[in-house]
Amino acid sequence: MKKSTYKFNNVYIKGTGTAVGPLEKEGPLGAYFDRDYQDNYCEEKNWESAEQRLLNDAITIAIASSGLKNEAIDLAISGDLINQNAVSNYVMRDFPFPLLGMYGACSTAMLTLLTAALFIESKKFHHIVAATSSHNSTAERQFRYPTEYGGPKPETATFTVTGAGSAVVSSDVTNIRVSSATIGRVIDANQNDPNDMGTAMAPAASDTIIRHLRDLHLTPNYYDMIITGDLSKVGSKVLLDIMAEEGFDISKFHEDCGKIIYSESQPVFSGGSGCACCAVVTYGYIKQLLETRKLKRVLVVATGALHNPVMLLQKESIPAIAHAVSLEINEV
Amino acid sequence: MRKDYTKIIKRNTLKPKYFRNGAVAFVVGGLIGVFGQGLSDLYINIFKMSKDHANSLMTVTLILLSAITTGLGIYDHLGQFAGAGAFVPITGFANSMTSAALEGKSEGITLGIGAGMFKLAGSVIVFGVVASYILGTIRYLFFQ
Repeated sequence: MKKSTYKFNNVYIKGTGTAVGPLEKEGPLGAYFDRDYQDNYCEEKNWESAEQRLLNDAITIAIASSGLKNEAIDLAISGDLINQNAVSNYVMRDFPFPLLGMYGACSTAMLTLLTAALFIESKKFHHIVAATSSHNSTAERQFRYPTEYGGPKPETATFTVTGAGSAVVSSDVTNIRVSSATIGRVIDANQNDPNDMGTAMAPAASDTIIRHLRDLHLTPNYYDMIITGDLSKVGSKVLLDIMAEEGFDISKFHEDCGKIIYSESQPVFSGGSGCACCAVVTYGYIKQLLETRKLKRVLVVATGALHNPVMLLQKESIPAIAHAVSLEINEV
Repeated sequence: MRKDYTKIIKRNTLKPKYFRNGAVAFVVGGLIGVFGQGLSDLYINIFKMSKDHANSLMTVTLILLSAITTGLGIYDHLGQFAGAGAFVPITGFANSMTSAALEGKSEGITLGIGAGMFKLAGSVIVFGVVASYILGTIRYLFFQ
């Protein structure tokens, strides 16, 4: 099989920004986020506007923390869960630089980051904003039922994270290096339960992780942490089982953003999900661990369930994808 | 890429708690029924209504209470706890309409609330009417 892992020599994270809703702030990683709001409306009139506010905040904070001005940014690459990539498109009305919109469901955080890294490595761009957002209520409205609907959810369901995360990816040398990336393949494990996306996505995550390790001739313990996006409790178990079957034991250093963003006592079923889940954990928590040198090398594997509600009703299954980006401390 | 992961997925599947879910639905659904009966008795005995009037008013009261608790963000928690016990009674029907209406509010009165309200309830109404039509026909033909 042809390789789809790319190594980078001059791609760095120059700035990051995260904004979250109240439940994420109350969670165990609350202290790592740059901005938070008291309620899910985020001082706006409706949830779609709230999500725009979160994404706008994340991008603004990321650019500010990079020390750059808007004029220095070459490009934004952004995506979300809402039809027509609406949140990203509308938010970018307020910024002067060009936009490439992308859709990768919940894998968008790493999809945008790896695309930005490839562009920077091409030397045609210097500073690119990679961003993504999700909002619990806009996602529920689009993919499932009204927020106040009383239908029960099973334990396997995940809870869409309300938030947005952004990074300024740059060719300027900083202390966090984007060292390589593996582009995901669409994997269909023949699952069709939108209330159990962790299980549907786990095979895609294993496929990407294994291809990444094989392409670069690495053993899993090269990384201090392999963190998946939103497999949650249920999907993580499936992932570890598939990996063990394929001869890779990653149980000691596997984490899942969806598992660590909320605490056990929060009403989130199997854990967090959504584009923002992986984005805020990576650009908030993981970035901090790298900066303080608690971690040296991390493989972030953002997982996405690529289902379409109409096609699910037409008895189609849930295809899934996972994109991996490796972040390392830049040893100077 | 389609590959068979069925075996691994199957051995990691969480089994739904059928007994717990059934028991809670039975008790909560039953309690909603008992409450409705209480209301009906109250209207008959205290307000001296006819049985027909009392039952209609009882139904409307349950719908009102369900709509209010949906608006206050309480009913979805009851639904999560009690499952079918909360969404099979008429209160569940009212919840499906109120929650869809709340959701549609930002899209305007006509298409947001007016049309959106029936997003979930529409199929209940359609199949309710179809079922009564069929059963009505059977009754008319065979049990007159």
